[in-house]
Amino acid sequence: MLTPTVVAALAMTGLWLFALINVTPIMLWLERRAPAFMQDRLGPNRLGPLGLFQAIADVLKFIFKEDVNPAGSDRLLFMLAPTVGFVASLLTYLVVPFGPEVTVAGHTFPLVVIDTDAGMLMFLALSSLGVYGLVLAGYSSNSKWSLMGGIRASAQMVSYELALTISVLAALVPSGSLNLSRVVEHQIHQHLLGFLPAWNIFTQPLGFLIFLVAAFAETNRLPFDLPEAESELVAGYHTEYGGLRMALFYMGEYQSMAILSALGATLYFGGWSVPMIDANAAGAWIASLPLVSAVLSPGIGTALFGFSVLMVKTYTFLFVFIWVRWTFPRFRYDQLMRLGWKILLPLALLNFVAVAALAVAGKI
Amino acid sequence: MLVAVFATLAVIAIVSAIVVVLHRNPVFSTMSLVVTLVSTAGLFVLLGSPFLAALQILLYTGAILVLFLFVIMLLNVQRERTAVTRASGMVIAAGICAVVLAGAVIRLFWAAYSGATFAPQNPESSSLVTIARELFGAYILPFEMIGLLLLVAVVAASWVAQKGDPAKSDTPEAPDAPAAASSVASGGKS
Amino acid sequence: MTVPIVWYLILAAVLFCIGAFGALTRRSGIAIFLSIELMLNAANLTLVAYSRVHGDSAGQMFVFFALAVAAAEAAVGLGLFISIYRLRHTIDINRLNRLRW
Repeated sequence: MLTPTVVAALAMTGLWLFALINVTPIMLWLERRAPAFMQDRLGPNRLGPLGLFQAIADVLKFIFKEDVNPAGSDRLLFMLAPTVGFVASLLTYLVVPFGPEVTVAGHTFPLVVIDTDAGMLMFLALSSLGVYGLVLAGYSSNSKWSLMGGIRASAQMVSYELALTISVLAALVPSGSLNLSRVVEHQIHQHLLGFLPAWNIFTQPLGFLIFLVAAFAETNRLPFDLPEAESELVAGYHTEYGGLRMALFYMGEYQSMAILSALGATLYFGGWSVPMIDANAAGAWIASLPLVSAVLSPGIGTALFGFSVLMVKTYTFLFVFIWVRWTFPRFRYDQLMRLGWKILLPLALLNFVAVAALAVAGKI
Repeated sequence: MLVAVFATLAVIAIVSAIVVVLHRNPVFSTMSLVVTLVSTAGLFVLLGSPFLAALQILLYTGAILVLFLFVIMLLNVQRERTAVTRASGMVIAAGICAVVLAGAVIRLFWAAYSGATFAPQNPESSSLVTIARELFGAYILPFEMIGLLLLVAVVAASWVAQKGDPAKSDTPEAPDAPAAASSVASGGKS
Repeated sequence: MTVPIVWYLILAAVLFCIGAFGALTRRSGIAIFLSIELMLNAANLTLVAYSRVHGDSAGQMFVFFALAVAAAEAAVGLGLFISIYRLRHTIDINRLNRLRW
């Protein structure tokens, strides 16, 4: 059973899981310190250097809280709901590539867990399951605030999935493949005007804007956090949750933010690549560094290089998420629906038709 | 190995299908249907069409059934006192019908396909490129008609679900009316 | 060892009949709708199986179109439920008996 391919897939899964699990504490810290500096405050800075251990304190608090089951709640669904969103967000990394094909110990394989032609389709299918966590939590809590949050979540996420999907499709057109590895390769090997890398952000700025807005709505972040709007619904779908189940909701939300950011980086910003730098050469250089050269082969060095680049781009996106959260006020529910259906969807279709026409004309 | 996977998926599909039909709580019914559909998607993969499996999950469980949950929660559909109708004659008749139908169809399938094997499949035939070529080549007319059908469905759904008398009102501007209408329409477009 | 194709067909038949039983006996409109989706799904399974027996992709195309039709049907059907609920405050089909009079 333990063929080299399986070992490689397991190793890559481990790398992804490590990165995704660590998104939550890092974001918990960043989400307090970053807005604090924007507002000329200090933020939590007492626990450890720069307040870094604050995240650990938060996690400890979550663990030691009582696990409450509200009266009249639907026990089974109430317990199941946080896990659904969490697991759905933990599956989507499978098709996101973080490097070119590498050779380690004589075996050549691509640096993506599942290298399939239907990669993007799988991503969309798996991420569309995440909404069940929110809806079931809203239904099973036996509370009007939760129910309203669940209703809003279902309508909002299904609506914005359309704009998201169509803008993603437009980003796939230039490379002509649903395999994200091909998408990245296309962005590396083509050049615009002779010097710009052919990142889709330069050819489809409108598509990227739609993607970004829809990603905010899909992850229920401000200014679209209607399902948990604290000034209207207490805490929306997770009003009745506390302790570790609440933490699962947080982790699911941060993970889906991170994975959508990685997708945005892959589709619009060249994924794991850096302009002018060849990933294989960088990998060989990393592997030849004095302390690590005994353990690392050039292939593993390339993997680490690609993954670090992808993570840097992902965290840039995540910073934008935080930045926007503390900049824009929340939308009203009818404004949200109007934006999704009457502005974003037509714009996304327009963008798609324009990109397709350019592709047919052979311009991209 | 394959037999074990098939058996597992089949048992999950049948059990959750029975729950769909017999559970009194509509939310549980919907969630069991999600399980049935996901295990059927697994069977699609076994049958060599991962494309349809992904579409099934994306469309059915990701959009249509979320819409069902939305309506169930919006209309506050209560748990029923009894799952099925209280006219017991009706239940017995329906049960007999279902069993006879199942028997007849299975007998038919067995007669026609008991020795059938998989046609040799070349690896290209389930690839996305091949499917896309067929869809936009030989099947382009049905494809366009489906597009038209979905457009009609979206318009119809948002018109039907308007608040008040749809025939009279020119501007349906209670704040949540467009929201409800458009989210119902979403199943059509996605 | 592969699974004989007839087992897929038998499974589909069983699922279809479970759905048919539900559609005939449930009282809530939503539940009837769910049973119909179950029957559609069983039909899709047979179509994919046929497509594999005959090595013809027409079956898979049918499933593609069936999925789209199911989406349209769900949109209109659920819109009708919302509309009926506004008028009668119930979607129990035993109480939606205006046409019987």
